[in-house]
This record gives sequence, structure tokens and C-alpha cells, in this order.
Amino acid sequence: MTSPADRAAERAEAMRLLSVFEDAGGVRTETDILQPAGGLLDLYGEDIRARAFTTAGPDGGELMLRPDFTVPLVRRHMEEGGDPARYAYAGEVFRRQEHAPERPAEYMQVGFELFGGDDPAAADAEVFALFHDALAPLRPSIAIGDIGLITAAVRGLPCSERRRAALLRHIWRPKRFRALLDRFAGRTKPPATRTALLAAADPMAEAGPEIGLRGRAEVLERIEALRADAEEPPIAASAVASIDDILAIASNSADALERLRDIEVDLPAIRAAVHRFERRLAALGDRGIPADRIPFEASLGRSSMEYYDGFVFAFTLRGRPDLAPIATGGRYDALTRVIGAGRSVPAVGGVIRPAICLAGTSPC
Amino acid sequence: MLKLGVPSKGRLMEKTFDWFGERGLAMGRGGSEREYAGLVEHDDVELVMLSAGEIPRELAAGRIHLGVTGSDLVRDTLAGWDDKVEVLAPMGFGHADLVLAVPRFWVDVDTLEDLDAAAAAFRRRHGFRLRIATKYHRLVREYLRAHGVADYQLVDSQGATEGTVRNETAEAIADITSTGETLRANHLKILTDGPIHASQATLFRARNAEWDGPSRDRLSRLLSDIGRHARSELLETKLSS
Repeated sequence: MTSPADRAAERAEAMRLLSVFEDAGGVRTETDILQPAGGLLDLYGEDIRARAFTTAGPDGGELMLRPDFTVPLVRRHMEEGGDPARYAYAGEVFRRQEHAPERPAEYMQVGFELFGGDDPAAADAEVFALFHDALAPLRPSIAIGDIGLITAAVRGLPCSERRRAALLRHIWRPKRFRALLDRFAGRTKPPATRTALLAAADPMAEAGPEIGLRGRAEVLERIEALRADAEEPPIAASAVASIDDILAIASNSADALERLRDIEVDLPAIRAAVHRFERRLAALGDRGIPADRIPFEASLGRSSMEYYDGFVFAFTLRGRPDLAPIATGGRYDALTRVIGAGRSVPAVGGVIRPAICLAGTSPC
Repeated sequence: MLKLGVPSKGRLMEKTFDWFGERGLAMGRGGSEREYAGLVEHDDVELVMLSAGEIPRELAAGRIHLGVTGSDLVRDTLAGWDDKVEVLAPMGFGHADLVLAVPRFWVDVDTLEDLDAAAAAFRRRHGFRLRIATKYHRLVREYLRAHGVADYQLVDSQGATEGTVRNETAEAIADITSTGETLRANHLKILTDGPIHASQATLFRARNAEWDGPSRDRLSRLLSDIGRHARSELLETKLSS
């Protein structure tokens, strides 16, 4: 429970940050607090139920208390927004915090989103610089990353499109990603049940009656896929090592760029992504950010259940690992493609938690 | 007095009475068959008869000090269950496994990895996420999240869950089973990764109940009366401090 005084302070800080974002060209916008649950569930999966409050509307439809602004904002922009468009907003979001019950379930978020434009590196730098400058008085610790490097590396793996698709689907679930990569690399053996199935003369012999919506054609199709996979040679150890090398990068951005250039020699598929990373660093430099010195973490943003698929950033309060980050953000072009049903728009943005800013300015 | 919540009917109640009885703590239902008042021969303990499904909630609120219920119910009902209750003793009855089951017809699906791949293909073909019928929403969701399974949805089923696949309201189920017979009769098979949770009747202590000096002493006496295999952090921290 937040005291009235704390709430007033949080709101005042939110309004101050909102005006910073408006001065940067953000058009002030609002979204409904009650959001239809279906779209959020289709996007994030059932996992979001551990994060968001669900309730029922009078017609029985499921609703969620807004867990963030991004999804409704993207939806509206895709329907009516111009290009480019900058949005600023501030308001409460609601989180169940099942895994961190000590954190507040209701808090303010202040955000800035930039849609469209034709220079992604400049857009990334514009958004990052805005957050960087707004938060500079807090002297936060900063980390950047780039999910696009990982996806480019996976797309460049010497293997079937089916294996690539399976890995890309789990970029944001590191554990399953690792298990699949180990399987495809021949580091782990397939389960005994699968080996037996593929060895059987008639795999459907013991199947029993066909019940449910998933029919015979689907079962047979997957058996074919399993058969093809069993016949496919393991992914070369050197290619898997390149993925491991990328995921292991944690250094300042200048050294990270050097390391990526080394890896690129063996994995030319990441060339375009490395080039984008380099251009982004240059664009940050143009805005007066000492980009070379900013810490780079290759796995940043992979387990946050967000749909960031390119540049990512996080600002955290030094010495307060118990608190949520002050600000997080990144690029989410793929999210706009999912919501836009085929259409997509370049998108980058982020949010600040004013309550965490206040924790950084008041004596702890 | 220590308030001890026990299941108010059925085999779970009888077995609970037997378990305490075998440990020198005779208890039973007072009055008529229909009266929900419990009697116990112990000066420190007061029985509170409750539905097994409500005991987790009462424990979390600290309205009872101790409670007997299935470990599955505690884990499914309470977010962050082990911050709210402490396991004093697994009681060795009421065994049941919460399992994931799919049609036996799905010869290509035996593991979670298979289920995940089948769910991806199912969603592509049918345009919605593969449905798993269950009443154990939290346990199933956390299990599938921990194992990186995507593209599924949980649909609520409070009974006859094994029939949902045939009725085409779900593609798979997650339910409690002890022998697997109902699953087999409904042409379902259990995934081989092991149960989501192996449940049994368990004696819990409510961390949020009032634990002042006298109630700690009462708990200490009760635990020494019912035997050595029940242990409590509450008392151990007291001894070491």
C-alpha cells in the first residue's frame, strides 16, 4: 500500500518526466486501464496471467488491468498514426508480482515511443539519449544489448529452416533455446520414446481411437518432421560455438564491437546486424553519449517476456539490486508485425518508473 | 489455543484422524454425523473443521495456526506458498500426482519438448493456442513456464476433465490421478517427464498466524507429543537464538 504522500510524490515526478518527454516531441496520449485480455494473452501467452490482473466484463469477456501501455499504443498507432510519430504518456500500470510479492502491484509508468522514420540507428539513439539525459542526475548504471545479433546468428546457422524456426521461436525462453540448440548440435540424445517411434514399422499401430481436434494428418506431419530432423546432421560445433560466443559477450560497447567483428569472420550472417550495432554506436556518439564506454550485455532483454527484437537498454539504481530497473526499453518491430496482422512499422521506446527515481534521490 | 484446521469430511478427514490418533492425539467429529464440530483430546489444540480446499486460504490469512490439506491445493492456491506456510510433516496418505495427459493417439508426443512443438504447429494450423483443461491453473502454468513451453492456453475445468478432449473443448489435460485408470479409459496417456507435482496430505504451519511465546510452547509440546518426524523452523530458530 502506498501512502498518500508517496503517491503524490510519485505522481509529481511522473508529471515532471512526462513534460520532459513532451518537450522532446512526444504527443501526449492515454490508453484505457481495462484492456481486452484476448490480445494480450495471444501475444504473451499464459505467462502473463502471473503478471497481470484479470477480471470479467459484464458480457463475460475477460479483461486485464493494463500491464503496460505498449500494446494498446501500437494497436492504435497501426490504425490511425502518422509516420514518424512520437508519443508520451504517464499512468498507472498493474502487476500481480507473483514472483516478487514485495514489489508494488500498482505503480506509475512514464513512457516515450517512436514509430516509423527511415533511420533506425538514429531513432534508437534519439530514444536512448532522451532517457540517458533525463536520468543522468541519478547516475544510474546502464546496460545495452541487441537481440538482433542473436536472431541474425540463428538465421545464419548451417541447418534446416525448420530448426532455425524452432530456435527463433524460443529466443525469449533461454532454457528451452539452450535445450533445442544442444539437441540440434548432437550434444544431447533424442528421448527414447522418439527413437522407438521412428524405428516402428507402423508408428500408428498402438495409437488408439482418434479423439480431439488434433487429427491424424497433424500427427503424421509431425512424425515426418521428426524423421527429417533425425536424418539431418548435427549443427557444426563451430557454428554453435559462435552462438555461445555472442551470448557470452559482456564488456564495454567498443570491446563488444571488436569481439563481434571477430565472430563475424566465422559467421558472416551477422554482418548486417553488426553493422547496425556499429551505426547505432556512431549515432549515440553524435548525440554526445560516450557510447564506447557503455556496458554491453548480449543476453539483456532475453528473459523479460517482452517482444524486444533489436536494441535494448536498461537503467538501474546503483547499489539497489532489490529494486526494479529505473527504466527499460528497446526496439520491437516484430511486435508491430504481430499486432498489425502483416503490416509492420519500425518502433522503439521505453518506460521510466518514477517511484524508483524517487528512491534514488531520497536518502536510503 | 492452537487452531488446527482439518478436512471436514470423507477419507481425507478419516485418515487425518487416524494419523493423529496413531500419534497419541485422539480426535474425532463431535455430535451428530452432520455437525461440523471437532473434538480433540489435547489441552493446547482446538479443531477447526474446514473444506480441504479452504484450508490453504485460512492458513495464508493466519486464521488457523496449523492445517492439514493436500500439498497440491496449497501450491495451486497460494502465490509464493512457502512464504506463507511451512511444511511440518508429510503425512503419507492422500497420494495423487498432478500430471499432463494427451490423447494416446498422439504417438508423436511423449515429452514436454514434443508438447511444445505440437502446440506451435497446432496454433499455426488452427489459429488458436492449444488448449489444456485443468483446475490447477497456477501449478500448471508455472511448470510449463519453467520448462519453456509456449503457444498453449489453460481452460478451466472443475470436473470430468478427462472428457474434455473427446468433447473437443481441450486438446490436452492436466489433472490429478492416483492409478491412471480414468485417463486410460478416456484414451489419454501421461507425458513421461514426470508429474507436475506429487501431492500428499501434509501438516502445514501458518507463518502469518499469531506465534507468541505461549503458542510457540504449545506447538513445541504438540510436536513432541505427535512424534519426532515433525519439525518446525519456528522452534529451531527459537532454540538457536
